[in-house]
Amino acid sequence: MKKYKWLVPTIYILFLMLPIYWLLNMSFKTTTEIINTYSLWPQKFTLENYITIFTDSTWYTGYLNSIYYVVMNTVLSVAAALPAAYAFSRYKFLGDKHLFFWLLTNRMAPPAVFALPFFQFYSSINLFDTHIAVALSHCLFNIPLAVWILEGFISAVPKELDETAYVDGYKFWRFFFRIFIPTITAGIGITMFFCFMFSWVELLLAKTLTAVAAKPIAATMTRTVSTSGYELGLLAAAGSLTIVPGAVVIYFVRNYIAKGFALGRV
Amino acid sequence: MNKTVNQKAWLFVIPVFILVAFNAAVPLMTVVNYSFQETFGNNVFTWEGTRWFKQILRSDRFHDALGRQFLFTGIILLIQIPLGIFIALTMPKKGIGVSVCLVLMSMPLLIPWNVVGAMWNIFALPEIGFLGHTLNDLGFDYNFTQQIGDAWFTTVLMDVWHWTSLVVLLSYAGLRSIQPAYYQAAEIDGASRWAVFRHIELPKMKKVLTIAILLRFMDSFMIYTEPFVLTGGGPGNATAFLSIDLVKMALGQFDLGPAAAMSLIYFFIVLLVCWVFYNLMMRNEEQK
Repeated sequence: MKKYKWLVPTIYILFLMLPIYWLLNMSFKTTTEIINTYSLWPQKFTLENYITIFTDSTWYTGYLNSIYYVVMNTVLSVAAALPAAYAFSRYKFLGDKHLFFWLLTNRMAPPAVFALPFFQFYSSINLFDTHIAVALSHCLFNIPLAVWILEGFISAVPKELDETAYVDGYKFWRFFFRIFIPTITAGIGITMFFCFMFSWVELLLAKTLTAVAAKPIAATMTRTVSTSGYELGLLAAAGSLTIVPGAVVIYFVRNYIAKGFALGRV
Repeated sequence: MNKTVNQKAWLFVIPVFILVAFNAAVPLMTVVNYSFQETFGNNVFTWEGTRWFKQILRSDRFHDALGRQFLFTGIILLIQIPLGIFIALTMPKKGIGVSVCLVLMSMPLLIPWNVVGAMWNIFALPEIGFLGHTLNDLGFDYNFTQQIGDAWFTTVLMDVWHWTSLVVLLSYAGLRSIQPAYYQAAEIDGASRWAVFRHIELPKMKKVLTIAILLRFMDSFMIYTEPFVLTGGGPGNATAFLSIDLVKMALGQFDLGPAAAMSLIYFFIVLLVCWVFYNLMMRNEEQK
């Protein structure tokens, strides 16, 4: 029994890798080959799909748009969440528990409920189809996420650190920027990663709030699915490229994935 | 940690409060507004009272969508939680294997949700997809775009593929926090493998499992993008879960009143579960 224990994770990982392999496999085929022949690897290996994406502006601006609003959202979320997480971790104040719970409800709110009102709301303040609109709307779930994760990291730092600094004559903000933030850099980095990821994978709100100018790559892809079933090669290549940001960083955050998804509660 | 009372801490929370309220309160008020009124365009509204709520609560369409939603959530929880624990138990505890497992298993969690749907679409298509082709070669009559059973099978399999790793990672984190002394004591007592699991590992995993179950419940309850891209809710309405049905009603048919009423009922269910989640979690933290 013990001897074959490694089999379980191995089979599971194979199962996880199969669809990803299939996507990569298709991205290196021409669309005609995908439709006419079934093969486990590309018969005529081609980079044509990737070349199209990197040279056709309707495709690559999709990536740029996504990156713009994701970065904006990450900076905004973490900057706003840092002081708040500190307050939740260190102080008691009127309504703190209720506020903490209220934040959670927004992380759990189904985006479908918000899609239509968001569309009307952002149209009425003339922000429809801008990057900042998507960045702001993603704050709905990313700020609660950031506050909860950071609160977990900050609570792990002993309070004595703060007290010693005050005894040494530090004013609050000097302490916060000079001592406290450097102490929790790892936590901030991990929080940024999760804000980035959750904004990157979300599509419903991003699609609802954009038309042309700020259209994310994810929406460009859905268009291909619905209008023409025959651009499969391109679709596969575009999909493969969206996996890249996660795949690049994953090694560095591997020990924190559970913590991030569990809102800092592990 | 003992906290000091400091009302000025509110100043720290204000940016967060404004940003989230801006996104949550204003749109939510719009929904409440629509749910009590009827409109024929041109910003003319007439008061309808609770008519839409009654209509939604009595409509077969809502009951069906809600039923499908609970069935789906139930199935994936029954598969993902035991499977996740089982895989976590068999994962290596030290060496290079740990990193390899963590990195590869986290992969599906970091893929954009619509790409997950698209990936499974081309993976499961009967003619050109590996899964569809293989199943048909084995003699199964498999076509997820036409047969209800196959559509469900594919949607569930996709969700298992997408999210089981979350349960694995959380369980693994719980298992790693167990001191070796516990296992040594169990060995001295001659405890069976099952007894070790039942009396040492499972209690130690209680906290992470609570989080895993409730996160999986909430996230599967608001699932939209993956099944929308994979099946579009079809064949017919067979895989139209709550979110898909809601978006269809609001943006497709522009039935704003009923859609708003449905949103609020949906949101109320979410709020209820969220409250249970919060209380369980906070109780776990106090026990720490």
